[in-house]
Amino acid sequence: MSLGPAEVAKIAHLARLAIHEQDAPAYARNLSAILDLVAQMNAVDTTGVAPMAHPLDMAQRLRADDVTESSQRDHFQAIAPRTEAGLYLVPKVIE
Amino acid sequence: MHDKTIAQLGAGLAAGEFSSEELVRAFLDRIARHNPQLNAFITVTVESALAQARAADQRRQRGEAGPLLGVPIAHKDIFCTDGVRTSCGSRILDRFIAPYNATVVEKLNAAGAVMLGKTNMDEFAMGSSNETSFYGPVRNPWDLEAVPGGSSGGSAAAVAAWLTAGATGTDTGGSIRQPAALCGVTGIKPTYGRVSRWGMIAYASSLDQGGPMARTAEDCALLLGALAGFDPRDSTSVDRPVPDYVAALDRPLDGLKIGLPKEYFGEGLDGEVARVVESAIAEYRKLGAETVEISLPNSQLAIPAYYVIAPAECSSNLARFDGVRYGHRCENPKDLLDLYTRSRGEGFGAEVKRRILVGTFALSAGYYDAYYLKAQQIRRLISDDFRRAFERVDVIAGPTSPTVAFNLGEKVDDPITMYLSDIYTIAVNLAGLPGLSLPVGFVGQRPVGLQLIGDYFAEDRLLNVAHRYQQVTDWHQRAPAAFA
Amino acid sequence: MMEWETVIGLEIHAQLATKSKIFSGAATAYGAEPNTQACAIDLGLPGVLPVLNREAVRMAVTFGLAIGAEVARRSVFARKNYFYPDLPKGYQISQYELPVVQKGQLTIDLDDGTSKVIGITRAHLEEDAGKSLHEDFHGLSGIDLNRAGTPLLEIVSEPDLRSAREAVAYMKKLHQMVVYLGICDGNMQEGSFRCDANVSVRPKGDPKFGTRAEIKNLNSFRFVERAIEFEIERQIDLIESGGKVVQETRLYDPDKGETRSMRGKEEANDYRYFPDPDLLPLVLDEAFIAATRASLPELPDARKQRFMSQYGLSAYDAGVLTASRELGAYYEETVAALGGEPKLCANWVMGDFSAFLNKDNRDVAQSPVGAAQLASLLRRIQDRTISGKIAKDVFEALWAGEGETDAIIEKRGLKQITDTSAIEKVIDDVIAANPEQLAQYRAGKDKLFGFFVGQVMKLSKGKANPQQVNDLLAEKLK
Repeated sequence: MSLGPAEVAKIAHLARLAIHEQDAPAYARNLSAILDLVAQMNAVDTTGVAPMAHPLDMAQRLRADDVTESSQRDHFQAIAPRTEAGLYLVPKVIE
Repeated sequence: MHDKTIAQLGAGLAAGEFSSEELVRAFLDRIARHNPQLNAFITVTVESALAQARAADQRRQRGEAGPLLGVPIAHKDIFCTDGVRTSCGSRILDRFIAPYNATVVEKLNAAGAVMLGKTNMDEFAMGSSNETSFYGPVRNPWDLEAVPGGSSGGSAAAVAAWLTAGATGTDTGGSIRQPAALCGVTGIKPTYGRVSRWGMIAYASSLDQGGPMARTAEDCALLLGALAGFDPRDSTSVDRPVPDYVAALDRPLDGLKIGLPKEYFGEGLDGEVARVVESAIAEYRKLGAETVEISLPNSQLAIPAYYVIAPAECSSNLARFDGVRYGHRCENPKDLLDLYTRSRGEGFGAEVKRRILVGTFALSAGYYDAYYLKAQQIRRLISDDFRRAFERVDVIAGPTSPTVAFNLGEKVDDPITMYLSDIYTIAVNLAGLPGLSLPVGFVGQRPVGLQLIGDYFAEDRLLNVAHRYQQVTDWHQRAPAAFA
Repeated sequence: MMEWETVIGLEIHAQLATKSKIFSGAATAYGAEPNTQACAIDLGLPGVLPVLNREAVRMAVTFGLAIGAEVARRSVFARKNYFYPDLPKGYQISQYELPVVQKGQLTIDLDDGTSKVIGITRAHLEEDAGKSLHEDFHGLSGIDLNRAGTPLLEIVSEPDLRSAREAVAYMKKLHQMVVYLGICDGNMQEGSFRCDANVSVRPKGDPKFGTRAEIKNLNSFRFVERAIEFEIERQIDLIESGGKVVQETRLYDPDKGETRSMRGKEEANDYRYFPDPDLLPLVLDEAFIAATRASLPELPDARKQRFMSQYGLSAYDAGVLTASRELGAYYEETVAALGGEPKLCANWVMGDFSAFLNKDNRDVAQSPVGAAQLASLLRRIQDRTISGKIAKDVFEALWAGEGETDAIIEKRGLKQITDTSAIEKVIDDVIAANPEQLAQYRAGKDKLFGFFVGQVMKLSKGKANPQQVNDLLAEKLK
């Protein structure tokens, strides 16, 4: 599978990554090489093989519905880039 | 003092030969002297280390005991440490002061271990050479021209250069075992779910597992005893008692069946590394073990499957680094899209971006089945290979890495070649099994590691098998001349 | 002129009434100061992990059982990946391929008195997002993540609804159900029960569905009805004037009463769903499901039927009394305390009792008059101590907390006069005082009988037994 700079740009947008235009060809080359490596999977017929999402065959554990957390807003917002009146500030969200 | 194992340091502290504060000062001095050369630490926590050391000494005076009480250790900078920068080797978290402790950190704190600092690593644990770190590469103490391996390269180098008695690492595709091998130390990746992932910054959640790195299997047993255990905050943590790893160390190896996968000794394995590994296996036969050739027929598919699953998970795990609540935020974003793309574009390095892009692509509409689902099916086949093997053998042995440490810069522009250095370690993560690497010799001045793979939760057996070897060999006691 | 058929499917998000969030131990209470209920997990700090809330699961299963759905023995949580500032992790944890509730149904009553079964495709558990506040912070938006991680049950209907009225009837029925089951507080102003509508039109008889538009932001029954009606008209006008409906998301603007396209702001989404590796499959054993089934309350439809057969109530009365679980229980307690008279009880519970609750904006649970108290009042009507009319005054006094029924009757001297000679005396006085009216009555002006009854009641301060007054007056006026 070969990806070109335009496809890289599309994926980069989906991943919200700014990629400099001059770097796009190199990314395209590397990504294509990785996808070629990955394509080795196609050598094996996996019809009927159950996909394995987790290494261990376990079920989800459930926790009791208890409130265990109290506000640590100041503590958590001390590491925030920009806050005001307890809110995280971002460029205008348009709906 | 610095040339002692954790077990010896624990004994010395218990006997009152030295205090934790003296010990910690000695290690901090060594870090100050040698770290500029090695770059093994991103952050050295001098003040808190001394405070923790004094607290440990007081605990001991009050009658407390414990093998790790007052023992200096280092944490890979992937574990959140309350009030201490936790960078994950990335610019995006360069100024991130973690507001809470990882369970691993809590557990070692509770055991009285003293944190000297946070060790360097490949950015977000993505790399096999430590060259993707925002903080620059770590150098291999055995040869400063060589890489220490990755991603836990800082921890491996720090242990190898005797800048710390032990360290934590994490292993998603070999990130404990491969640097342990390349730096000549012992490291164990436990069974998935054995050590809590709470507070360990996720790379690929279904593969990530934390574990200890130290000079000896005995030290790893001491550390793992403290690190392992059920954590209700991690849904994938296994609720199962932690055995006494130290007590199991001396079990004789008579009748032990060691499986040698033929796929691990074929093409791609450096001939000199092969010879060193084979002599280690010969040593095991002398210790009473029996070796059996086995096959793991889908081994060659491990890297392809891994480079779908790990990037897919990472593309989602790293979406939270968006410049809103913490971490790097670009200057003057003109709108929301700009905030996201520039903060992330500036914050992540090239390898992290590559993996995010691959993962985003593999999960995107129209490609999911061909990539992600297919990789999960391959994962099942690989896991089944191991299941079948462990019906016949107790442990599996082979090289940890196909070569000794390569030179800095040698593979940095060629991701595919770099990925192949994890060819023997990745399958273990896909299956979720425990794996250990121990030093078994050298090629030139660069160390060679032997990988031991165990069945689920057989960490005690792996440590035992490694320990018996270390009782009759001295590779683990050797020190790089410049840091002796 | 082409005849058009409307096809509507609803996606309803019901916030589950748990104390803590679906994956964290932070509180879910509404109205807290911004970001004071957003813990490390809700903020998506590096290294945090989700653990599933048992109560959220129990509530989802409760709902599934109540709508006769298949409860999945194994369901899976997936990540829905997209970037938005109110979505801290860059993905929402939801259920995608394997939801916990599959294939159920709900019967709704239509305007023409018939009923219709609406299919429910699925209901799945997911986490809510935070909120963007658009007040101006120097041209920036503020993000409050208190709501992030609140458990939601997304209930997706089949495209079985054929009009805005049907859609509203379905939504109301669903609202009643989730509140009845105690799994959602149903507060629509606070966003606890929200609706997105998928609307399309097609020529009547056409088996193919038309292109649908999804309308978001419908947080009241009225808005749902208006938005859908507007949208149907818009689509028909569009097609009839030669245009084509495009598949898109539209936002309902309640001020203008119209829907508008969100195009331009919304790009083609590619959510890249995949199983969340931090969570394991949700496996429900038979014991869990059986225990949940055992704790199910009697459901509204079944209870309505029982009220009709057991108490001889009309369908209307039974429907009103079973609209909420608490009202039905209150009614039954009243009947039990009184030991019968189900119709009298129904009239009072639906009448004065409900009116007073409404007036004071209270729930049944907050009523100052308990069922036993109401029954004690009704007993005094039954034994003719007071009339129904006087009883209304006593009820008001009970509501105001002036004491128990008998004490109020006693204190206010409201006891009904049933002594024939006493009533006769009053009648005699009234007749004596109104000779003119008497003459007219006797001359054939029958209407004046009511005047005399009124005068007697007035003079007796309403206490004379009305039936006796009637009988005795008829006799005396002859």
